[in-house]
Amino acid sequence: MATPATGTGGVFSAGSNKAFKSQLKKVYTWYTGGFILFVIALAIAEQMGLPRNWIGYVFLFATVGLYAGIGVMSRTSDAAEYYVAGRRVPALFNGMATGADWMSAASFIGMAGSLYLLGFNGLAFILGWTGGYCLVALFLAPYLRKFGQFTIPDFLGARYGGNIPRFVGICAAILCSFTYVVAQIYGVGLITTRLTGVTFELGVFLGLGGILVCSFLGGMRAVTWTQVAQYIILIVAYMIPVVWLSVKITGVPVPQAVYGKVLEKVTAREADLIKDPKEIQVRDIFKTRAADASAKLKDVDKSFADGKAALAAAVAKAEADNAAPDVVDAAKKALGSYPKDAAAAKAAWTKEAALAARAAPPIRHAEAFPGKDDAARDVSRRNFLALVFCLMVGTAALPHILMRYYTTPSVRQARESVFWSLFFIFLLYFTAPALAVLAKFDVYTFLVGSEFAKLPQWVASWQKVDPSLLSIIDVNKDGIVQLAEIAIGGDIIVLATPEIAGLPYVISGLVAAGGLAAALSTADGLLLTIANALSHDFYYKMLDPNASTARRVTISKILLLVVALIAAWVASQKPADILFLVSAAFSLAAAAFFPALTLGIFWKRANKWGATLGMLAGLSVTFYYMATTQPWLRGVFGVTSPIADNIWWGIQPISAGLWGVPLGFIVIIVVSMLTPAPNREVQELVEHVRYPNLTGDTVKSLGT
Amino acid sequence: MQLTQQQHEYWSKNLRVTAILLFIWFVVTFVMGFYARELNQINFFGWPLAFYMSAQGSLIIYVVIIWYYARYMNNLDRVYDVHEGEDD
Repeated sequence: MATPATGTGGVFSAGSNKAFKSQLKKVYTWYTGGFILFVIALAIAEQMGLPRNWIGYVFLFATVGLYAGIGVMSRTSDAAEYYVAGRRVPALFNGMATGADWMSAASFIGMAGSLYLLGFNGLAFILGWTGGYCLVALFLAPYLRKFGQFTIPDFLGARYGGNIPRFVGICAAILCSFTYVVAQIYGVGLITTRLTGVTFELGVFLGLGGILVCSFLGGMRAVTWTQVAQYIILIVAYMIPVVWLSVKITGVPVPQAVYGKVLEKVTAREADLIKDPKEIQVRDIFKTRAADASAKLKDVDKSFADGKAALAAAVAKAEADNAAPDVVDAAKKALGSYPKDAAAAKAAWTKEAALAARAAPPIRHAEAFPGKDDAARDVSRRNFLALVFCLMVGTAALPHILMRYYTTPSVRQARESVFWSLFFIFLLYFTAPALAVLAKFDVYTFLVGSEFAKLPQWVASWQKVDPSLLSIIDVNKDGIVQLAEIAIGGDIIVLATPEIAGLPYVISGLVAAGGLAAALSTADGLLLTIANALSHDFYYKMLDPNASTARRVTISKILLLVVALIAAWVASQKPADILFLVSAAFSLAAAAFFPALTLGIFWKRANKWGATLGMLAGLSVTFYYMATTQPWLRGVFGVTSPIADNIWWGIQPISAGLWGVPLGFIVIIVVSMLTPAPNREVQELVEHVRYPNLTGDTVKSLGT
Repeated sequence: MQLTQQQHEYWSKNLRVTAILLFIWFVVTFVMGFYARELNQINFFGWPLAFYMSAQGSLIIYVVIIWYYARYMNNLDRVYDVHEGEDD
């Protein structure tokens, strides 16, 4: 069906689709073999004494160089090649590319950690981020492929007629994608810093170079072939340490099949730890400290003055009594380390008060919807299901994912491609819960109960790298590690697994390279989405419909550069609550796109005003709910009424799409019924997208 | 243009399989999710059942749903003669 590329030579073009596919298989098989040899060679070099930071540099420059190489090989200025990779990407490879596009730094590094910290409730992410592909397959991918344009606003523009629905689509696409891309670039900065030790800002811009050289030169075509390469690296990097850890703990190299038994042991251990007297002692210490701090916070100025006076009095008393010099020094030291002023004291006490969280007993990993009573359990269940719903519908509405299904050669392959996408995503997602359980088992049985004098090597090294990721302090001074004394950050679970499993440093480097691949591939897809929305939809379709192809592609490239720089600048400011913004993108995308896209295909009567108002209504209510219930956004918008007054049915702000999606559907249906039906041409377009090949079709397909 | 009887039939068959698969998706995700506490009482090779389903079982069903849909529809295209050209 596809027109073979003309003119451009090289690896990523060929005559027939069949020949192209077999050529791709050959290239990527060699590539995978070559990559494994490269890792083995580095492992040997490490044994022979290659220093650790060198391994980091080699991984960084080799992988980014590789992506750049693919980018240069796939450079193009042809519109179909630039926007949709020439529509020649076979189902299997589009599946891999979608997998890499989909799995971001959050999936790769954060997921297993969230599962470790949240237990059963964290599985909402696993369910939501896989089950959404059922909606993509059943409602969108084949029809969008048949429609065969370049972007998602394209579909809205053609189906609903006119620039208004298109413009709403452009705004929503940019809103969802921009926050998401900032988070990816932030992730790139973090990983580059870990891998090589350069500063965060430099890391951001180094990573940015890797992203740009790809998408800038070859658009979708370069991004596609790089993403396939990145998928291979990230899946290899994820699997090796988990398999190794599984062998260490269970003796079986298939963690996904056997971790049920490990989970049983973890559950038994949790029961012991919850009632262990030493654990209770540590938790009580935290409770007391938090209560003290909260009491002081009630009147900061007075507590600050009183505390300072008491310490000064102690020094005076020690000196007056002619106490031993070490007693005097201790008293002076206590005074010296007292907060400088009331503001500093407030900050310190707020931090102490937060220790209340650590006074709680550990969660039971397998328990669904924990809560203190039935009402709390009900709210927890409701939020779990609402989050699953929003993540699923959001998955089926994110433009950078849907766009990928424009690139297959046919409708047939678009359907198969969704299967391959989910299959490749599934490989990582059904491994992450296993990793969380194995890591928990390791920490609960080997680390808890060990002596402080004999902490494992990985604990010491990570405590040094970043205390917010791991800190273990002997709170009750008994020389033994209690679970309550361990403060662990989610991100460490994946990053430290190689060391927990006792693997050489080269595997740690590999994991970091995998995380980098995950972040870069997602960032590529997102940047392209934003630049295309601006250049193709806004500039070409709305401002200057006569622009030549070359001009459009050039403008797209310039915009890509500008958007990338803005995103990098925002990321280098290290914005707070970035994780919230990413999760919010799902709810926003779900409310903005899903109703308008699905009704556009399945209901001929849906019209321009229904779609426009439906998208706006869905977006507005979702945004309103977030702005009134999420602490950071409340600050931004100056909302002062109590959160409890704004919460509907106990639903967390992250799941605001639960309100936006149904409202979007209702508004589209009601408004469409009240306004005239779309014209004959639009109705024929709907028929056109419903049939892969329609005899007597009057709509010319642009995609074939 | 006017759609033929055959073309109408193709679309209604598509809608039927979509509805059935969507129903399975809904049960697996939301009905089982709703009864997770109850299902967790059942032990499945070491996993509590709801934990297993959310971490692995449901995912496998999702993959199968999409695989089945692609197979069914690609076949239906040929039966109702709405398939595309051969070169893919």
